[in-house]
Amino acid sequence: MLRNVRRVGKALTTPLHPDDYLSLINPLWSARELRGRVERVEPVTERAATLVIRPGWGWTFNHQPGQYIGIGVEVDGKFHWRSYSLSSTPVSSGGTVAITIKAMPEGFLSDHLVNGLEPGTIVRLAAPQGDFVLPDPPPKKMLFVVGGSGITPVMSMLRTLDRRGTIPDAVLAYSAADEHDMLFRDELRALHDSHPEFRLYERFTDADGILTPDQLDDVCPDWKDRVTWACGPAPMLDAMEEHYEEHDLREQLHIERFSLAASAGDAEGGVVTFGEGGPTVEVDGATTLLEAGESAGVNMLYGCRMGICHTCDVPLASGRVKDLRSGAEHDQPGQYIQTCVSVAATDCTLSI
Amino acid sequence: MAYADVREYTHLTDEEVEAIGKELDDIRAEIEANRGQQDRDYVLRIITLQRRLAAAGRITLFASMFPPAWLLGTALLSSAKILENMEIGHNTMHGQWDWMNDPEIHSSNWEWDTTQPAEQWKHSHNYIHHQFTNVLGHDNDVGYGILRMSRDQKWTPYNLGQPIYNALLAMFFEYGVALHDLDIEAIRKGKKDPKLLKRQLKQIADKIGRQGLKDYVVYPALTGPAFFHTLTANFTSNIVRNVWAYMIIFCGHFPDGAVHFTEEELEDETRAEWYLRQMLGSANFEGGKLLHIMSGQLGYQIEHHLFPDLPSNRYAEISVKVRDICDRYNIPYTTGPLHRQYGQVLRTIMKLSLPNRRTKDNKPASPERERDRRRLDDSERPGRRSELGRWTTAASVG
Repeated sequence: MLRNVRRVGKALTTPLHPDDYLSLINPLWSARELRGRVERVEPVTERAATLVIRPGWGWTFNHQPGQYIGIGVEVDGKFHWRSYSLSSTPVSSGGTVAITIKAMPEGFLSDHLVNGLEPGTIVRLAAPQGDFVLPDPPPKKMLFVVGGSGITPVMSMLRTLDRRGTIPDAVLAYSAADEHDMLFRDELRALHDSHPEFRLYERFTDADGILTPDQLDDVCPDWKDRVTWACGPAPMLDAMEEHYEEHDLREQLHIERFSLAASAGDAEGGVVTFGEGGPTVEVDGATTLLEAGESAGVNMLYGCRMGICHTCDVPLASGRVKDLRSGAEHDQPGQYIQTCVSVAATDCTLSI
Repeated sequence: MAYADVREYTHLTDEEVEAIGKELDDIRAEIEANRGQQDRDYVLRIITLQRRLAAAGRITLFASMFPPAWLLGTALLSSAKILENMEIGHNTMHGQWDWMNDPEIHSSNWEWDTTQPAEQWKHSHNYIHHQFTNVLGHDNDVGYGILRMSRDQKWTPYNLGQPIYNALLAMFFEYGVALHDLDIEAIRKGKKDPKLLKRQLKQIADKIGRQGLKDYVVYPALTGPAFFHTLTANFTSNIVRNVWAYMIIFCGHFPDGAVHFTEEELEDETRAEWYLRQMLGSANFEGGKLLHIMSGQLGYQIEHHLFPDLPSNRYAEISVKVRDICDRYNIPYTTGPLHRQYGQVLRTIMKLSLPNRRTKDNKPASPERERDRRRLDDSERPGRRSELGRWTTAASVG
C-alpha cells in the first residue's frame, strides 16, 4: 500500500522524490536520507554532552545495544560525518535516540557537537550498525573494560539490562582521567548500588596510571571465565587483544574500535582511473581510493571515512580492489565498493 | 575563421600566457578557500524557491479551465522548469556543489527535469563540450550536429533549411539535447557500439516516458475535466523552457567575437592555453540579477568555462577579475545585451545557411582547407580535465 502511494507520488514529482517537496514543510518528512532533529543537548561532564535526537522518516527503532550510528553535521556549508555509539536503549521513549560525545582537544567536530549545536538543528543520520552488541539472552558472566568515551556502547547495554530488570553477574572496569572526567558517573554508581550482581571498578588514570591487562587478575580475578567487551583508546584495545590471544581466549573478547585499523597494505597498488577517460593517479597499496580520487582533484562524496556509512560507495568498472579491513578482494564490474577503506590491488577504473 | 593556435591569435608571449594561467589558478584557489555557509544558503534558497514555484504552478493548473489560472499556472511552471534546468540542474551536475558533501545536492546523483538522462549529459556536456570548447570536429555543441555555425564547416544544400531547423531546435530543444550523446553521425556510419546504443536509447526512452507521463497524463488526469487545458499548459511550459534554454546556450558561444578553433590547437595545449581558449571561445551577456539567475549564471559564460565547477553564485565577482585580466593583456572579452548577442547568433545562422561565397565574413577569411570533420569517439580524444566534473558510465558498464 505504502509502496503504491510512493510510486504514484514519484510519478508526480519525477525526477525528484515526493519527499523533496514534503521536507519543505517539515525537514523530517523525508526518507531519502535519514535525518534527525536535535531535541536537547544535555551536559554530562564539563567536556561531554548527550545529544537527544528525534529521527525523521525511515528510521526504525530496533538497534541492538552497543551499536553505533553515523551523524552528519553541517559546518560552514559542508557536511562532516562521525560515528558515535548510541547510549540510549533500543526501545527509546518518545521516539528519540541519544549519543554521548566527548569533546576531544583536537577534534573540531566533537567540540562543535558538544558546544556548538543548538536544539532544533537538523542533522543527517546513518542507520545503526556494528557487531559490538549484547546478545539476548546475555551470557551469565560478563566483563566490560572501557576507557574514556568507550563507555557509551556499554552504557546502552547496561541500560537495556536494567530496563529488563536484571543485570547478571557483570563487572565494569572503567578508566577515566579523573572523577570529573567520568561519563555517567552517578548513573553507574546507582546501578552498582541497586544491582547486587553488578560491580563497578573505577580507575582514575591521572592518579593511578592506566589499567594494564595483567592487572585484570586483581580487578577481576575470574576474568578468564567471562565474556568480555572492550572499548576505548586504540593502545588499550591492542594490549587487551594481545593479552587475550596469549591466554588463548581471543574468542571471548569483543572489541570496538573507532578508527580504521589500516593494516600495512600488502596490496600492490596501481593506476586508478576515475570514470572512463577521466583523471588517473598512480597509488601504492596503502592509499585508499577515496584519497586517490581527492588527490586527483575528483570531487568524491564521502562520509565517515572508516567504512561505516557507505556514502563513498562507487561502482567498480574494471580491475581489482582490496578492502583494507577484511583483506577481501573485489573484481566484479558494477559492484559497489567502499572507496574510503579500499585500495587498488591492480590497475582499476571506477565508474564515477 | 577557425584558429589553429590560440597563442598566435592573441599575440601573447609564452610567458604572458603562463602568467594569465597563474592568475586564473589563483582566482580558483581563492574561491575554493572561501566557499562556505553563504554559498550553501544561496543554493538552498534557490532550490526551495524552485520547488515552491513548481508546486504552486501544478496546484494553480487545477483551475486551468479559467484562462487567467491557465496563464498564471503556465508562467509558474515555466519558471520552475527554467530554474531547475539552468541554475540548479546544470550547475549541480557540473559538481559546483559537491564540496558541500551533501548527497542530496551532488553531481553523482542529480537528475534533472528534462528528457536528457543526467548520466549522458555529464559525458556530452561536462567532458566533450567543456574540454573541447569550440574546437571543430571535437565539440559537438557547435551547431548540435544540426546547424552550420562556422564558416569552416562545409556547406551542403541541406543547410538551406537552417532557419527552419533553428526554429524547430529552439522549440524542441530538450529532445535535441536528449539525443545529443548518442552521436547520430557515428550511428549513421555504423561505428557506434550497438550494445551501448541500445542501453543509451533505453535510458532516454525511460526518461522521456517518465517526463511525458507526468506532464501529459498524470497531472492532466488529476485535474479531471480540465484535462486538455492542463495538458496544453504543461506542453507550453516545456516549450517556454526549451526556447529559453536554447537561446541562453546559443548566446554562450555563437555571438560575433567568440571564435572557433581547429584541431591543431589541441596539440600540446597547456592548462593556460586551455584557459585562454575558454575565454576566447565564450561570450557573456549583460543583465540584471534576475536575468542571471534565470539563465543559470550563463551570462557569465566566460567565467563558467574557466571554472565550470565553482559555485555559480560566485561568477559575478569572478567576472570583475577576469575582465581586469583581459583589459591588462588586451584579450577580447565578448559581452553585450542579451538581445544584441542573440541577434548576432541569428544572423550567423541565416548567413551560414548559404555557401560562403554568397555571404561576407566580418573577419578575415581563413585559408580553405579540406579536413576530416567527423566526430571523434572518446578513445581518440585526450584525457579529461578534473575540473570538468564527472559522469557515471552505467550505460557503458552495463
